[in-house]
Amino acid sequence: MDIRRKILTWARIKSPWIIHFNTGACNACDIEIIAALTPRYDLERFGVQLKGAPRHADILVCSGPVTRQIECRLERIYEQMAEPKFVIAVGTCACSGGVFNGCYNIKGGINSVIPVSAYIPGCPASPKAIIDGAVKLLASLKK
Amino acid sequence: MHDSHKFKIPMGPQHPALKEPESFSIALKGEKILGVEIRLGYNHRGIEKACEERSYIQDIYLIERVCGICSHSHSTCFIQAVEEIACLQIPERAKYIRTLIGELERIHSHLLWLGVAGHEIGFDTLLMYTWRDREVVMDLLAELTGNRVNYAINTIGGVRRDVSEQQALDVLKAVDILEERTKYYIGIATTETSIIKRLLGVGVLSHEDALRLDAVGPTARASGVTRDVRRDDPYAAYGSLSFDVITDNHNDVYGRTLVRVKELLESFKIIRQVIKDMPAGPLSVKAPRKIPAGEALSRYEAPRGEDMHYIKSNGTEKPERVKVRAPTLANVQAVKHMLKDRYLADMPIVIAAIDPCFSCTDRLISVDYLDTNRKQIIKWQDLHAYSIAWHRRHGIDFTKLNKETRGAGF
Ligand code: SF4
Repeated sequence: MDIRRKILTWARIKSPWIIHFNTGACNACDIEIIAALTPRYDLERFGVQLKGAPRHADILVCSGPVTRQIECRLERIYEQMAEPKFVIAVGTCACSGGVFNGCYNIKGGINSVIPVSAYIPGCPASPKAIIDGAVKLLASLKK
Repeated sequence: MHDSHKFKIPMGPQHPALKEPESFSIALKGEKILGVEIRLGYNHRGIEKACEERSYIQDIYLIERVCGICSHSHSTCFIQAVEEIACLQIPERAKYIRTLIGELERIHSHLLWLGVAGHEIGFDTLLMYTWRDREVVMDLLAELTGNRVNYAINTIGGVRRDVSEQQALDVLKAVDILEERTKYYIGIATTETSIIKRLLGVGVLSHEDALRLDAVGPTARASGVTRDVRRDDPYAAYGSLSFDVITDNHNDVYGRTLVRVKELLESFKIIRQVIKDMPAGPLSVKAPRKIPAGEALSRYEAPRGEDMHYIKSNGTEKPERVKVRAPTLANVQAVKHMLKDRYLADMPIVIAAIDPCFSCTDRLISVDYLDTNRKQIIKWQDLHAYSIAWHRRHGIDFTKLNKETRGAGF
């Protein structure tokens, strides 16, 4: 790895900015994501910051099954993000469709629309699991 | 944004964080909102239909996931209807446990709301405070039910888990801590001038309008409507508990804030009574797999207002029709009314004030300039920033307060 790439990776791992997108979740996963960012769990100590705009973000954190209406929006948000970009699927729904599998308006998990780098199961995924997933993703970037 | 422009802002089409995802299309003249149109139906998962394809027991699991914040409300409401059709008398202890979890849920939801409201007006320290205190309730819920959210404590005919004596003590201990914190928040809400300036007179909904538009929950109660299913049509153990229905006559966002923080105190009162009076006995009665034919409508006072479930059964193990009317749906019409002729800068807090589970931060808003055909995209983030900057120009600034409270020893 040349030195420039090394510096870039180092910087990226130190301050991954995330954007949270709810693709049809029941809210439980979303409040757990927010809870992971608030004082008790404090995901920010890993440099993770919640951003509002896809263009600022490195990691797209998705929760919920993909509903048919939201499918194209999810694609669009993913396309707007700058490379390199990663996707974390939070919750069983985001991983596979979960309890909503088979509903007429549900496409399936996040990976039925865009590629996913990390899956965090749980209904809802607890903040601890979310931190674990985020840290594992960051560790895998080092390689 | 120039005053002479009239333009239209479609907001949405989805508010991904809402139970009933909505799309607001806002017509603006300068900074004033001329009118708001609301469309529903995005982010729709088809839960009602899915319920018809699953058995009653499986439906409980699904119904809890209508909304993760009021999961106990929805599952209790659903189960009450099923129990009514099946003529089941559930044990007293189960009723008390349902009440206990319901009130803990109300506490977590109101604290969550207080934080979100703080965030929307630019008082982020409040968000961090309340969400940290909220963890106390989350720990309790995890201890009592095994899960932080989506508690799965209900089953047809009763509840699935008992509350041990140790757990009851833990609940009382946590309630003491929370009560102290809540009093602190009431102090902030009633004395902090920035908050009062920012919330007073915003999002007005008069008493008559609240009745006419059928507002529910704290939104209605802050307009002086004494409407609370817990008292009007008692379910679970509420019939034998004493508590006050909190109302307020401010008719605005400030009133809604006061109602919610004061309701926290009522919840503590209810929880203490529940723990004290909880009778011994079995947790559930045996429920038949096939529910006899019939129909029932059940009501429940969720943290956001009256939740309603209608079930029609046809004698099989699956329901024939399930209908859910969640409180936010009842309140969106009121929001439309509250926003009319108000400033765009107040929109975030007015919408947040009905507590539509506004936890997601990313929304795309596109502005169409009606007279010039120009198009501009505003993100929710930008609207949020705009709103804070607008109020700062008008003399309401939380920067100092954020700094001051940060070191206040918590
Ligand atoms: S995984 Fe569970 S908690 Fe998360 S969005 Fe899906 S149903 Fe809700």
